[in-house]
Amino acid sequence: MPDARAVQPQFPTLERQNDADHFGMLLFLSTEVLIFGGVFAVAFTLRAEHADYAQASKQMHYWIGGINTGVLLTSSALVALMVEAVRAGRAKLAGWLLGGTIALGLVFLALKFTEYALEYRDGVVPILSDANLHGGVERLFMDLYFVATGLHALHVTVGLCLLGSLLWPFGRARRERTAVFAGNAALYWHLVDIVWVFLYPTLYLAR
Amino acid sequence: MKNVRPILYAWFALLTLLALTIGASFAPLGPVLPFVSYAIAIAKTVLIIWLFMEMKTRDGLQRIALGVGFAWLFILLLLSFADILTRGWLGA
Repeated sequence: MPDARAVQPQFPTLERQNDADHFGMLLFLSTEVLIFGGVFAVAFTLRAEHADYAQASKQMHYWIGGINTGVLLTSSALVALMVEAVRAGRAKLAGWLLGGTIALGLVFLALKFTEYALEYRDGVVPILSDANLHGGVERLFMDLYFVATGLHALHVTVGLCLLGSLLWPFGRARRERTAVFAGNAALYWHLVDIVWVFLYPTLYLAR
Repeated sequence: MKNVRPILYAWFALLTLLALTIGASFAPLGPVLPFVSYAIAIAKTVLIIWLFMEMKTRDGLQRIALGVGFAWLFILLLLSFADILTRGWLGA
């Protein structure tokens, strides 16, 4: 891993190997679309079947979700610039852009867990703190909310580890101007961003 | 660093769309709101996929590799909603 400069025996050329690396990552991301697709199918069904879905959604801290959307969109832009920097041979600049992306990712997680703490205080966390959960659709909504945002937070954490590995231990990947590893890590981060782009209106903005 | 400008334009457009989607959720749109929300979300996704994920410059096979996920998702949602959306078509 991830010395793309060395052609592995199964590939006739380096270019073919790089294409295969990107192709594999994109196929993997397709399966990720389907993992979250199941969550969205549940959310859409719940919303179509129950008018109270909007009432439950109104209790969300939509401004924290909004700030978090802006944070993730900005981090995605930084990671896209990082790939450009790697291609241009500017490994140091790429390092700074990665640092910025990771910092924003951590801000996202910090805000997310602050929000969980607020929900705990509000008494709308199923099982743990459910004094103000009135059962029925509201309970189903909060179950869905924690499954969806929890699964997403897990993906953010994996994405941060992947991007962090470009600083250490795979810092030399930032010097590969083909940007195969850096590009694939960036693709993963963009998909995490896309998932949140749909989670936000689904969970926070249904009124 | 030749693609910096499109990335910055896309970033600005994405934040504008974010402001728009929050604003729309407070507008009296009623049952139209989900359609507006998801149209904006799809617009954001197109920007991210096309410019950030560089599908603009990738070859057809790579576009298909990513596209199949969304194609299967479309089938999943279509079949999930085949029941709900068609209720009442044949009378009670």
